[in-house]
Amino acid sequence: MDDAVTVRDLVVDRGARRVLPGLTCAVPAGRVTGLLGPSGSGKSTLLRAVVGVQRVRSGEVVVLGRPAGSPALRSRVGYVTQEPSVYADLTVRENLRYFAALYGRGAAAADAAIADVGLRDAAGQLVRDLSGGQRGRVSLASALVGEPELLVLDEPTVGLDPVLRAELWERFAALAAAGTTLIVSSHVMDEARRCDRLLLLREGELLSDSTPEQLRAESGTDDLEESFLHLIRTRQGVAA
Amino acid sequence: MTATLTAATGGRVLRQLRHDPRTLAMLTVLPGLLLGLLYLLWRDVPAPPGQQPVFDRVGLTMLGIFPFVVMFLVTSIAMLRERTSGTLERLLTTPLSRLDLLLGYGAAFGVAAGVQAVVTVTVATTLYDLDVAGSPGLVVLIAVVDAVLGVALGLLASAFARSEFQAVQFMPVVVLPQFFLCGLLVPREQMAGWLQAISDVLPLTYAVEALQEVGASETATATMWRDVAVVAGAALLALALAAATLRRRTS
Repeated sequence: MDDAVTVRDLVVDRGARRVLPGLTCAVPAGRVTGLLGPSGSGKSTLLRAVVGVQRVRSGEVVVLGRPAGSPALRSRVGYVTQEPSVYADLTVRENLRYFAALYGRGAAAADAAIADVGLRDAAGQLVRDLSGGQRGRVSLASALVGEPELLVLDEPTVGLDPVLRAELWERFAALAAAGTTLIVSSHVMDEARRCDRLLLLREGELLSDSTPEQLRAESGTDDLEESFLHLIRTRQGVAA
Repeated sequence: MTATLTAATGGRVLRQLRHDPRTLAMLTVLPGLLLGLLYLLWRDVPAPPGQQPVFDRVGLTMLGIFPFVVMFLVTSIAMLRERTSGTLERLLTTPLSRLDLLLGYGAAFGVAAGVQAVVTVTVATTLYDLDVAGSPGLVVLIAVVDAVLGVALGLLASAFARSEFQAVQFMPVVVLPQFFLCGLLVPREQMAGWLQAISDVLPLTYAVEALQEVGASETATATMWRDVAVVAGAALLALALAAATLRRRTS
């Protein structure tokens, strides 16, 4: 199986703080890879490096066979930031038409993306009048509209109710089944079970690269939150 | 750089303006109202012997200064919003090039400046009897080029502003020296040599000179066209600099 993203010895500083001290990992193609870890563990920084907007100190990030951030990648990689990054003073439809145009797609693609995230009834509304969850979905649709080969999602389910959250994960699975590679970050361990592959990050270090099944087997518990704690304690035990 | 992406971006910026009717109203009406205040201020003051009425000189110059100042402010705030809302970071991951983005802004606010200039020039020449020897169309043209200069400098300044407070304070830094030295307050010939030299390299000087040429001459003069070219060149240079200083990767 090919890797869509490979990261080697990635070092990133933000201000005086070293966020990633030399990370090496890979993301398999056509799967949903979960990037999990507590807040401040370097998840967003890693995702920004993958889409090529993070200044890196050293190391290598290769995305779909090219260095991250290459101009040729910009039509093939979709990025959804943690905060909804769409225009609050435009309607849902106007936002989607603009992002569709940037990816060389027309009004039909924009309408399809709106329907995809269940916002057809809100298409004519200004984004600033929508709820937080709806705004997040506009932001997601603005990346889906480009039909990217790699979709990078930073905490897309924050603030969503359980029903929407479940729907979104079903959509991610469907996209992966159709060949899209997804990287989804989350600090909710419960979402880990929905992923094909899990990267656990803590203080910029890769704690584990496995599948939900492996993680459960290793720690001898069904609870992924417990598994994560087990891993951390084992590591600290080794270090001490 | 692609024309379709520039056009899409310009259209998007104009659509944002359309959803903000108060800003639109202020953009179109405010310069005309302020000009009216100047008109009333000088209406009963006799013209200095042997010279044109003060309002004819000052009012004409203001037709170049208003769009420059307004567009500088509006764009630097618009770009800062783009940065703080996260949309800039997202745009930089799409096929849109940095120059496409900035040219889109320049085009959109250039269109807005065109509407503003038509309204202001019409009001000035009819209601306030502003005396312009040349074509009002040329005044509009100069105002638009001048507004695009304001847009370009606003985009450039916003690259150095990390907060709204800083962005707003770039206005006096960039605008006031150009206003002081453009030849309106003190004729350029009467300035100290070194001040005149500074005035020579400030683009607003040329916009004001171009307006004075239109005010004094019935036909377009070579000096006016040269001045317009200088202002347009300065605007393009500022846009290119703004694109170069817009970092794709940030820490």
